[in-house]
Amino acid sequence: MIFATVGTQLPFDRLLGALDSWAGCQQRASVFAQTGRSGVDFHNLECTPFMAPSMFRDAVERARVIVGHAGMGTILTAAELGKPVIIMPRRAAFGEHRNDHQLATASEMRKLPNVLVAEDETQLSEALGLAMSETSGHGGCISPYASPDLLSAVSDFIRGGRAE
Amino acid sequence: MTGLSHVSPPRVLAISSGGGHWVQLLRLAPAFEGAEVHYACTDADAAGDVSAAPFYIYPDANKSQPIKLALTAIRIACIIVWVRPDVIVSTGAAGGGLAVMMGRWLGIRSLFVDSIANAKELSVSAKLALRAADAVFTQWPKVAAQTPAVFRGSVL
Repeated sequence: MIFATVGTQLPFDRLLGALDSWAGCQQRASVFAQTGRSGVDFHNLECTPFMAPSMFRDAVERARVIVGHAGMGTILTAAELGKPVIIMPRRAAFGEHRNDHQLATASEMRKLPNVLVAEDETQLSEALGLAMSETSGHGGCISPYASPDLLSAVSDFIRGGRAE
Repeated sequence: MTGLSHVSPPRVLAISSGGGHWVQLLRLAPAFEGAEVHYACTDADAAGDVSAAPFYIYPDANKSQPIKLALTAIRIACIIVWVRPDVIVSTGAAGGGLAVMMGRWLGIRSLFVDSIANAKELSVSAKLALRAADAVFTQWPKVAAQTPAVFRGSVL
């Protein structure tokens, strides 16, 4: 199963449309998609608009590959569960977000072993082909918690220490 | 009375929007050990992630929705007055920025950790928090080099 997710704020039909077309060309592709506020019918995707965090995590766990916008919830959950994730950054020019910060997120997060970045529909299709043909693992899971230095800085702050 | 002073654990309000902000807040959980933590989130279903802790919901809003933002502010003010935290910790977004501002007015110490998504510049909420929070962390050294926010590690 492929799990696609675009978050809750704005639609991201460029990603879902491309995935729908790709799924239509496959012999047997099962794609479950969290579509947010999309008004479009995607014939080759099984869609739900929103999901509770626990359901979201279950879907990531069950999926072979995750496809999503470059949102940190998607990237971190996939990394925690050691799943390959293909991310397509939202673009402000297409009305997909208020700014282009997802481009910066994607260019940094592609350094993670489980992350592939697709800039556009063509790259998405290529990345899907690559991810679905992989049989090996994807670099394992990351720790469920922040880095020790951040945890101790937050803990020190709570206990009244100076953060500077 | 025993004569021994009893030090109660610090009460923390950990507050963020749903989605990636919430995932990052949960990754800070070990830092809250020994504190009495109250969580607040825009997503009611997030309560299931922190079932042992008190949990509050507030409505989502951003700077382009002034009326919703005002309702969010009122709701967050109610949560803060109810919880009376010693410390506010937020991973964003708008609601977290509002919470640290109110914390300043009420004399509550606050820490704003900007999302790891903001790899190039601080978010709007973090810029707001710079004027109100006792500390603003960025998760990127290069953003810390260009802004008053400090780098103290990341959620990864």
